[in-house]
Amino acid sequence: MDLEFNVQGGDFVRAGNASSQIKKVLKQLNADSAIIKRVVVALYEAEVNIAAHAYDGVIRANIDTERIRLLLDDNGPGIPDIERAMTPGYSTASSAVREMGFGAGMGLPNIRANADEFVITSEVGKGTHLEITVYLNQ
Amino acid sequence: MTVAELATKLNLKVLSGSNGLDREISGAYTSDLLSDVMGGINEGMLWITLQTHVNVMAIASLKEIAAVILVKNLTPEANTVEQSNNEGIPILSTAEATFDISGKIYQLLNA
Repeated sequence: MDLEFNVQGGDFVRAGNASSQIKKVLKQLNADSAIIKRVVVALYEAEVNIAAHAYDGVIRANIDTERIRLLLDDNGPGIPDIERAMTPGYSTASSAVREMGFGAGMGLPNIRANADEFVITSEVGKGTHLEITVYLNQ
Repeated sequence: MTVAELATKLNLKVLSGSNGLDREISGAYTSDLLSDVMGGINEGMLWITLQTHVNVMAIASLKEIAAVILVKNLTPEANTVEQSNNEGIPILSTAEATFDISGKIYQLLNA
């Protein structure tokens, strides 16, 4: 099954929409609730990252009996130093985003902690690409 | 303990989501950082916070928590209320500050 969602930069009201839809689908597929929660945490953080940092982005989900794979591509400033961005507590979020309680530097570490496989690549001035895989039967 | 029982014991005001007042409480989590809550809160817990915007309900819904408790008489934004009602996850409020209400809830849940 393939699903696709668009995310607009700055749109925090709709951030979480993809996570909510994916959660419903996984529930219908009778996936384990602990596994669903890991998927949802990782995807929500990634959605918020696009809203907080990029101009826009696309989330593609591919679900089969074994696993869910989430591909996230944004048009945005990109990440110059990925290792630093992965460091818990490090954030480049704006003060407006921080006031909402985001931008604590926990998003990418949360994604990594909840994914079985996590790949992040980025090109400065173009955008960032994430691949999040969670196995559904483990 | 259900959300309704807690609200009665601590004199909390029910602001929205009253169709979820029979939710059973499994614990509580106090934090205003959304990523921290996303990582730390579990199903059936109360979330004690001063954040009032709609993303609070996104997290509450995704993590299937029991209720949100707003401190210091803060009021949720209109779309936050709307989502609380849609999801049946109550938002309650207290006049007390975070430390005080967290302490009281801790005592009740661990009695």
